[in-house]
Amino acid sequence: MGEKVLITGNEAIGEAAIRAGCRFFFGYPITPQNKIPEYLSYRLPQVGGCFIQAESEIAAIYMVFGAAGAGARVLTSSSGPGISLKQEGISYISAAELPCVIVNVMRAGPGLGGILPSQSDYFQATKGGGHGDYHLLVLAPSTVQETVNLVMDAFDLADKYRNPVIVLADGYIGQMMEPVEFKGRPPKELSAKDWTVTGAKNRPRNLIKSLYLDPEELEQHNLKLHRKYLEMAKNDVRVETYLTDDAEIIIAAYGTVARIAKTAIKILREKGIKVGMVRPITVFPFPYETFTEISEKVDDILVVEMSLGQMIEDVKLGVCGRANVHFYGRVGGMVPTYDEIVREIEKIKRSQV
Amino acid sequence: MMKVVFERPKSMFPVPTHYCPGCGHGIVHRLLAEVIDEFGIRERVVGVAPVGCAVLIYNYINCDMYEAAHGRAPAIATGCKRVHPDLILFTYQGDGDLASIGTAEIIHAANRGENITVLFLNNAVYGMTGGQMAPTTILGQRTTTSPLGRSPKREGYPIRIAEMLATLEGATYIARVAVHNPRAIIAAKKALKKAFEVQINGLGFSLVEFLSPCPTGWGMSSTEAPKWVEEKMIPSFPLGEFKVPKSEKSVK
Repeated sequence: MGEKVLITGNEAIGEAAIRAGCRFFFGYPITPQNKIPEYLSYRLPQVGGCFIQAESEIAAIYMVFGAAGAGARVLTSSSGPGISLKQEGISYISAAELPCVIVNVMRAGPGLGGILPSQSDYFQATKGGGHGDYHLLVLAPSTVQETVNLVMDAFDLADKYRNPVIVLADGYIGQMMEPVEFKGRPPKELSAKDWTVTGAKNRPRNLIKSLYLDPEELEQHNLKLHRKYLEMAKNDVRVETYLTDDAEIIIAAYGTVARIAKTAIKILREKGIKVGMVRPITVFPFPYETFTEISEKVDDILVVEMSLGQMIEDVKLGVCGRANVHFYGRVGGMVPTYDEIVREIEKIKRSQV
Repeated sequence: MMKVVFERPKSMFPVPTHYCPGCGHGIVHRLLAEVIDEFGIRERVVGVAPVGCAVLIYNYINCDMYEAAHGRAPAIATGCKRVHPDLILFTYQGDGDLASIGTAEIIHAANRGENITVLFLNNAVYGMTGGQMAPTTILGQRTTTSPLGRSPKREGYPIRIAEMLATLEGATYIARVAVHNPRAIIAAKKALKKAFEVQINGLGFSLVEFLSPCPTGWGMSSTEAPKWVEEKMIPSFPLGEFKVPKSEKSVK
């Protein structure tokens, strides 16, 4: 068993990547994730790795493309505006089926927006983000410990599917300190990377590309990618359900907001209102089935986000009209408080009577 | 026994290319394959293909390759080289790719002194997309997006990449050559060989700019185009070595 260390989320992301075997980081400074590159700029050389501060977010994501294609475990991190710049490369990486991990420590947008926490990049992360028909596997942690675990898992999942994985954190998770244990785990059994470009020695040459001029061939490639996303949905959906068994009202929240919702649920239960929570951990693939099941049992679901309503669209797809879906959101770097969530639930409760 | 006096480079696939008659890409591909063969490094070479006519270079050169997004090849080569410093990395880029949309990537790869070799094919026009103005289109040159001829007031000046990169301390070998006649092609091969030698010896960033005819993009016959290289392009883009390893003197 490892011992617990007090560490910020951003530094924990860096250390978790190293523990997962990542030796390459390419990135560009942007608040509120700067501690990730700063940490890795001294830690990676200590373990024989390589850190480059790239000239741009665009260059950084293509350095990731190069390193991933060469067979390495590789990480980049950024925040909203920087992730927007990376989208071209993320599309190419997805098309070329290269495994890599991308961390988005979300800040408030649009545009330059602000530097405080937000969940405004949910659509960007879960619905593609760049051009073309593709998806990323998206993990949304709600504590620093969970961030560590998910960053480690992210590298395995990226290799398993040969697909980029996004860890969708926010400014709170990045900057707060929590006690964390870096648990040692047996390495996952993964198939050999026989597709990498490492010099065509004693084998036919390998080619990493995304151009398919023949439409039939490109359609087949698109369908192959699509089958991967279906496999993710079949095998790798993660969701936490919290006090849902006897709940009359359900809160749907992820990341930092889910922590706040847990406090609200405690207060509400003390007041005699039975509230539970569904917390998606993978937001792509999304736990639609959990919401389908829960909508058979309750009449009201309150979605709480640090956005003006992004995840709510997926919740509605899962609920499919079987329950009322309410929404409460704060934006711009404002964070919903547990009092506000209590008030929203009480409003719903009153309307039920 | 018969003596072999001429053969296809082993690093080239035995296939016809898709390039137009009179295009310089085929010549530069062949020079590249010859240099790879002569150094005996094919199994250690990784190439990065551009966006543009030469995206299909991987159909002709038999080595491990990436296909880049427009302008991003130097960043991809950087990622690969940092993972496997023993590999020999080349990027192959046109003028729209390298001198316009990928200007940031090429400048910073050179400035970091990335130990990679860049083949920069300058034909003063966007060939693949149908002959639009390039950053290297020369003054007065008509293209489909500078129909009145490039004017400095309207479209600015042709950009001289080799001279610009040669100012960077991280760049080790920078040369401009042409492939419009046999004598120029022999000189071009020498420069390309030197560029790879710089990388093989771990001396840092090397780039060779090839002035190359594009008869289709220029609306000329394949006999007129080489003349245009000699008479119009070379005065705008002087040939020579702009930076050489410290132990050598440059030949202008």
